[in-house]
Amino acid sequence: MEPKQIKIALAGNPNSGKTTLFNKLTGSRQRIGNWPGVTIEKKEGTIKGHKHVTVQDLPGIYSLSPYTPEEEISRNYLLEEEPDVILNIIDSSNLERNLYLTTQLLELDIPVVVALNFIDVSRRDGHKIDSRKLETRLGCPVIETSALKGEGVDKCVACCIGAAEGDEQHGRAKKAGASFDAGVEQAIKDIESVIGETTPKRRRWVASKAFERDEKALVGLSLTALQKETIESIIRRAEEKLDDDSESIITAARYAAIKKLTDNVIVRAKRKDNLTRSDRIDRIVTHRFWAYPIFIAVMAVLYYIAISLGINTQDMVDGWFGDGLIPLVQDWMEGLGASGWLIGLVTDGVIGGVGAVLSFVPQMIILFILLGIMEDIGYMARIAFILDRLFRRFGLSGKSFIPMLIGTGCSVPGIMASRTIESQRDRRMTIINTPMIPCGAKLPIIALVAGAVFGGAWWVAPLTYFLGLFAVIISGIILKKTKIFQGEPSPFVMELPAYHVPSVGNVARSTWERSWSFIKRAGTIILLSSVVLWFLLHFAVVDGSLVMIEDDMIADSIAAKIGAVLGNLFAPLGFGGWQASLATVTGLIAKEEVISTFGVIFRIEDALDIVEEANYAGVAAIAQHFTQLSAFSFMLFNLFCPPCFAAMGAIKREMNSAKWTWFAIGYLFIFAYILSFIVYQIGLLFTGGAFSILSGLAVILLAGSLYLLFRKPRAGVLVSA
Amino acid sequence: MLTLNDLKVGETAVVTKLHGQGAVRRRIMDMGITKGVPVRITKFAPLGDPVEINVLDYELTIRKSDCTLIEVERTK
Repeated sequence: MEPKQIKIALAGNPNSGKTTLFNKLTGSRQRIGNWPGVTIEKKEGTIKGHKHVTVQDLPGIYSLSPYTPEEEISRNYLLEEEPDVILNIIDSSNLERNLYLTTQLLELDIPVVVALNFIDVSRRDGHKIDSRKLETRLGCPVIETSALKGEGVDKCVACCIGAAEGDEQHGRAKKAGASFDAGVEQAIKDIESVIGETTPKRRRWVASKAFERDEKALVGLSLTALQKETIESIIRRAEEKLDDDSESIITAARYAAIKKLTDNVIVRAKRKDNLTRSDRIDRIVTHRFWAYPIFIAVMAVLYYIAISLGINTQDMVDGWFGDGLIPLVQDWMEGLGASGWLIGLVTDGVIGGVGAVLSFVPQMIILFILLGIMEDIGYMARIAFILDRLFRRFGLSGKSFIPMLIGTGCSVPGIMASRTIESQRDRRMTIINTPMIPCGAKLPIIALVAGAVFGGAWWVAPLTYFLGLFAVIISGIILKKTKIFQGEPSPFVMELPAYHVPSVGNVARSTWERSWSFIKRAGTIILLSSVVLWFLLHFAVVDGSLVMIEDDMIADSIAAKIGAVLGNLFAPLGFGGWQASLATVTGLIAKEEVISTFGVIFRIEDALDIVEEANYAGVAAIAQHFTQLSAFSFMLFNLFCPPCFAAMGAIKREMNSAKWTWFAIGYLFIFAYILSFIVYQIGLLFTGGAFSILSGLAVILLAGSLYLLFRKPRAGVLVSA
Repeated sequence: MLTLNDLKVGETAVVTKLHGQGAVRRRIMDMGITKGVPVRITKFAPLGDPVEINVLDYELTIRKSDCTLIEVERTK
């Protein structure tokens, strides 16, 4: 007979080692998806060696109050899905705050097993933790674990299974884990007896939520008006007696109860200078003066490694495709007697198009490994800490930096990283501005302009990064002062976790998930678009019928016709020719397509490779198409205009709203258009052009932009929640 | 009224009341800043804001503007 299915819910604070434990429990048997309606990652897995036991990873939360989407998901899952057992992981070096969640979980009438994690770190630091005493007081099993080293993991599994199967020893907390001070306890007991008959299950949980005036917890209970009134009067009496509001009363009571629970459970080691290892590191890393030089140095090393290692790997992947796969497929297809156009489509269109995109993957993987390590160590939180003040000035929060940092590799995982920002307002701002940071695929455009048009001027490339940063700042300030985004950035309440040795598993997993989100698109949207583009470039409409054309007749292709129409739109920006217009449009597929398209148009083979190898003479034909000014304007527009389809897809998923997706895309287009327009038209004046209607318009737009930038924030600023 | 914002680095205090309302306040309370809990100012960020606070043996960072909502009593 099949054993009964057991569902374990894994819950715990952020930074408690939850991900590590989940990976240890499930190995590779994981399914990753999204929670319905929100973009928070949902992970489920099967326990190693126990096929009938599944683990549901809940988002890292500090409490079960429904204030952040993560908390609401966890709460709804626990209340509605009713897992058989909750495995609550807590950080042993941070017992009291972690137990805050535990005491709430214990009220849910679901068996709880506590994993006392980082026990090795606590032992090393010389703390003495009496887990047996804690177990007795909580009334649920407490297991000492070190998820990183695998210690206690099997015991957790055994305990969870035991608890789920109704083993009395592991049974549910017989007395609720924490009993409050007499006054509060009485009020909750009173409420319990009021709701008694209407609430068969979880009476204490509902009563304590009712005491907090948590409307959501009472939904679904058919309380009469009289019952509601009685509850309200019980709350009011307690509030008067304790001279505070009920929410404060209950959080304070909970922490007071935890203090009693942990009394004599943990004996902290006495230190001479009262400093932990993390304190010592922080003394330097967030030092008044050294914080920024260290930050800049870390970033410099990171990018040096990613780029220097990346170039070699990029060549390697290009080699596989260009010298390996393409000739192989070509020979094979010729052998089968396939027609010329089909071979062209497969080799040029499909393999060439997708290969160009995939050549960025190694560099991206290296960058994501390094960023993953910084995250796992705990340095990312410090970056948010030292940059918050700066970012707040332009309407973002310190946490916005991380998405932008990842965005230098690829906007897609960058946009996805905005999930860690709690406030919807800040998250939207970050999503809109992240694509402005030059991603890896935009580098060839920069290289082309710097190398071929500006004669290899060294300052063009760094300048574009500063331009990216500058654009984010300007855009942030402008957006912050608009009606939709007005108000202070949301509160910044963040834990600075203790530094930890990074775990190979965690870093590998986050790298894989981020890179995969990019690779996946290469196989779908980029593949499809490459095929469509190949057709448009290789076919023309002659006398009403579709004919395939030779490479040297590309100016007659359908793509060229489309480019010519779009040229009217881009002419005021200095690149109205069909070639540049078409390249800009193909950039929407993937930004490096801009260069590949030029290559096809100007009949330069492997244009992207030539640019990457800095052999600018080879791409002189492209350079001749531009003046320095129009090239610069072209580059600006391509850097800041709506990102590639993959990134737009990411925006849509993270915004989770059609309106906001279109707002972001429309905003980016207008921002880029106006910026290029001003630069080109005013640049023309400085290079001896005559004053025209367009230059007049540019001056007006410049004045308008400066107004938006420097105007006073709207009156009546609200502090948004 | 003395708030967390009036304390200097290294000073310790006990929380006496939380002002303000809504989600921010609840979040701060959930993180352990509640009536009767001792706190210590660990440091200010290099640009003077936000503030790093030691509470319940861990490090929490909040902005100065939110510190003004936290009423405290200095301890020696």
